Amino acid sequence: MSFHYEIRLSGEGGQGLVLAGKILAEAAAIYDGINATQSQSYGPEARGGASRSEVILSDGDIDFPKAQNLDLLLALTQESCDKYARDLKPGGLLLVDEDAVQNVPEGQFRVWRIPMIRLAREKLGRQIVANMIALGVITQAAGIVSEEAVRNAILARVPKGTEQINIEAFELGVSLAKEMAAQSQA
Amino acid sequence: MSQATANAKVRVMSGNEACAEAAIAAGCRFFAGYPITPSSEIAESLARLLPAIGGKFIQMEDEIAAMGAVIGASLAGAKAMTATSGPGFSLKQENIGFAVMAEVPCVVVDVQRGGPSTGLPTMPSQGDVMQARWGTHGDHPIIALCPRGVRETYDLTVRAFNLAERYRTPVILLMDEIVGHVNEKVSLPDRIQVVERGAPAEPPAEYLPYRVTPSDVPPMASFGTGYRYHVTGLAHDETGFPTNDPHKIEQLIERMHRKIERHLDDIVAVDEDFQSGARLGVFAYGSTARAAARAVREARERGTAVSFVSPTTIWPFPAEAVRRLAESVDRILVAELNRGQLTHEVEWAAAGRAEVTGLWRVNGEPIRPADILDRIEQEAS
Repeated sequence: MSFHYEIRLSGEGGQGLVLAGKILAEAAAIYDGINATQSQSYGPEARGGASRSEVILSDGDIDFPKAQNLDLLLALTQESCDKYARDLKPGGLLLVDEDAVQNVPEGQFRVWRIPMIRLAREKLGRQIVANMIALGVITQAAGIVSEEAVRNAILARVPKGTEQINIEAFELGVSLAKEMAAQSQA
Repeated sequence: MSQATANAKVRVMSGNEACAEAAIAAGCRFFAGYPITPSSEIAESLARLLPAIGGKFIQMEDEIAAMGAVIGASLAGAKAMTATSGPGFSLKQENIGFAVMAEVPCVVVDVQRGGPSTGLPTMPSQGDVMQARWGTHGDHPIIALCPRGVRETYDLTVRAFNLAERYRTPVILLMDEIVGHVNEKVSLPDRIQVVERGAPAEPPAEYLPYRVTPSDVPPMASFGTGYRYHVTGLAHDETGFPTNDPHKIEQLIERMHRKIERHLDDIVAVDEDFQSGARLGVFAYGSTARAAARAVREARERGTAVSFVSPTTIWPFPAEAVRRLAESVDRILVAELNRGQLTHEVEWAAAGRAEVTGLWRVNGEPIRPADILDRIEQEAS
């Protein structure tokens, strides 16, 4: 089956969205043999300011490396949700941080509300791994890149000594996505 | 699902990282620069890679000095490169002119961002196209290459070094923020073709550094190998010393142009994808060519015939390819992230054989495939 899947990770600078996107692209390309591109758009600030990272996964050539019709949008801020929800294709998935995004726009897309930032803080003790929880949710929801590939790519990319917490965060995200999928089918 | 084992040949890398690795593969052993977004990862990568193989990396006090250091290193025999973006490219212009005049091979990378001035540091643009051509003053030839993606950045960086050495000239690698920062799946070549600098055949006492040779490219002696000669930005004779003799000046300037113009077949590279029956042609380069390629493909799938010309050498301008396109279509659409810098060149090369129209953008956003597809359908109807 041929596929072309577009993902945008959006929020603020400093939330690790570029890293999460890069890990997903590396997992796809290096471990699963899938064609992948990752690009980013950010402002001149080192922290804060709008930030977005895009990943395209395809079994064919990716002629244009920027996303146009999103299959999946992650929004970790209200601002990014308001700005990008309209880029979702009908039937796409809007994944929002339940605490940060209070108003979810109307549209022909599915919505998953998960408090990723709070869970990172409360369950893992480090708010900064919210990006890895999101990566777990996205990996499971997209169903294109294998969990094992993403685990390998995380281990190859995160700083030494932080492997365990990042993997735990990723696995939490995968199980949260399984719960969401089960709920929406029920 | 796959076994998820790493394929050692496959990598996910950015255009900037590919540029740095290609420079090393092409024999670059000296980099001087000053960090600037969106080019900084080139310097960052080379700061790590060059010392490990006995090369030199220097962060200079500014871009002017960095260009000067590159010229000095090249005269001493090293393949040398610098990398910058718009504001830094402006600062380098005077010394780029010196490198042209003194015929010093080097590679100057400009990862274009929005301008003018400090403009839009993190956003893409193709606004330095004319600066690459005419940023330094006086009548001079220049070579500028424009990659469309990560793997092509690797290939064109190697090509930039090879052309610089073959023709004793600075070569501009004109990237853009998208090509520099996008990460793509690539597998790099095992072997590449590398051009090494020739040495003079004659002994030092008989050496004329700017001798007129049949190839128009005088053999270059490296300082430190026993050859001494004068290097100047002033108009000079075959010895390298300044001259005001109109005959000798003309001989120098004409030879400098001839060494490039005689070799357009070697230097100018352009993809020509003509479709029979097409009344519209699209012309695009750099990251915009990626959007154009997709738009052209989608237009054809919808039954609209359209031809597509996409150069990777933009200077010297691929006038012959544009002329062939203009002879085969009624209209040419030029898509570029500026206010028509190459559109006007296309118009000049088309010389009335086809009507030329532009799709331009200068707001920091890329031109998307849908924008080009809309225009294709408008123009073709």
